[in-house]
Amino acid sequence: MSAMIETIQMYLQFPFVRYALIVGVLIALCSSLLGVTLVLKRFSFIGDGLSHVAFAAMAVAGVLHLADDMLFTMPVTILCAILLLRAGQNSRIKGDAAIALISVSTMAIGYLLLNLFSTSANLSGDVCSTLFGSTSILTLSQTEVWLCIGLSIVVVAIFILFYNKIFAVTFDENFARSSGTRVEAYNLLIAVVIAVIIVLAMNLVGSLLISALIIFPAMSAMRVFKSFKSVTICSAVLSVVCALTGILVSIVQSTPVGSTIVAIDLVAFLLFCLFDAVRSAVRK
Amino acid sequence: MAQLTVKDLALGYEGHVIRQNVNFSIDQGDYLCIVGENGSGKSTLMKTILGLQKPLGGSIAFGDGLRNNEVGYLPQQTQVQRDFPATVWEIVLSGCQARVGGRPFYGKAEKALARQNMERMRVTQFANRCYRELSGGQQQRVLLARALCATQKLLLLDEPVAGLDPKVTAEMYSLIEQLNREGVTIIMISHDIGAAVHYANKILHVGATMFFGPTEEYRHSAIGSRFLAEEGDERHD
Repeated sequence: MSAMIETIQMYLQFPFVRYALIVGVLIALCSSLLGVTLVLKRFSFIGDGLSHVAFAAMAVAGVLHLADDMLFTMPVTILCAILLLRAGQNSRIKGDAAIALISVSTMAIGYLLLNLFSTSANLSGDVCSTLFGSTSILTLSQTEVWLCIGLSIVVVAIFILFYNKIFAVTFDENFARSSGTRVEAYNLLIAVVIAVIIVLAMNLVGSLLISALIIFPAMSAMRVFKSFKSVTICSAVLSVVCALTGILVSIVQSTPVGSTIVAIDLVAFLLFCLFDAVRSAVRK
Repeated sequence: MAQLTVKDLALGYEGHVIRQNVNFSIDQGDYLCIVGENGSGKSTLMKTILGLQKPLGGSIAFGDGLRNNEVGYLPQQTQVQRDFPATVWEIVLSGCQARVGGRPFYGKAEKALARQNMERMRVTQFANRCYRELSGGQQQRVLLARALCATQKLLLLDEPVAGLDPKVTAEMYSLIEQLNREGVTIIMISHDIGAAVHYANKILHVGATMFFGPTEEYRHSAIGSRFLAEEGDERHD
């Protein structure tokens, strides 16, 4: 144990490890906050859909040789998030089908573009790292870390300021609308925030595993807690703890960062399920 | 002036008209029941009054100092709500959302109002319980308390007793009657025609033939007596 702590202390002396921890924790925090809302609104897979959009956007940015692909990826993803949440209200294409359509097609387009125009010698390696997260969290620059800190502060501030509105809109959209709440505006806000989080999170876990970061903490917390506030707080804390553990384990054991975090999230979820089962058995 | 006046209203969705020439008006303190066959447009009418859907023609006018966001709504329960992790307190308080306006958090006045309405609907003892663990009747009372936080003037109830057992149904009706006596205007969609003519002072029958008028008149009208007889028969089957 003490050997492990020493190893971790040794690693913490490197700035890139500290950057990775800061960014990892912030992204885990942000993605867990809206997780509860997205799961309850039956938008669990919006993370998946949007991350594929971001993947395609990154491929386009690569083809166009844009210096900073974030500037291109972010607006495209936000636009698609808005379209998706709009489609959720449209009766012709239901939310889940719309997400499936966008998710699959952007994935295909992204891969096609990479294949046709790629300048890199290791194409499948590139694709793999975009999908499953790469070592890019360990190669963050100071600017990227500050950008991530800034955006995270904005996301958390928005969430706290609009907490009661988000609750009202999530629990009963029709009631909220009939009592004069601007439901469309808040749905739009949720869409934009979620798109920002996803583009940020792609650096950490890659596009395939973003859904896990959004869904797992919320699902685990909902197993055990009864009020919206306690579920939200628990999922935020849980997500941060899992991300922190995951990053440290992956550094010490040199496993892939994204997969390690998700595996730990899964273990936490199973523990919470077990707790819930034991509790209800005891009550009976 | 009437609290709510609906004139030549055309109902429907996506430009497809399902019902035309809906006319009625209610005053403060009225108890209006909307009856009619399934699919006749009752729920669409309610959603249009609430502003959840645009009218395809005609007009809906609020009067008597009532603004269109001062309408309390008791919707039919949705799937989302059945597994929503929220306490009774959080849900009732969310009814005050319209009063908070641009402010991010609830103040003392909103919390006092929520407590008062929980007392009124006798759900205070459940304040910290999880909504999804309550019985159907208790859940409806929680949602009524929330609706009362949004308004003291006009309540729209969409089949408030659907899925409740007879004893709880009777309790629910007497709660609604009590609110009506306290001066709250009630508009209720009901499949329970017996209860409708028992409690309401006005009836709106939506269907191929329309009827709007006092309950007594409805009982003796051609459409009313036929509908009462049909529905009565069904219940005895």
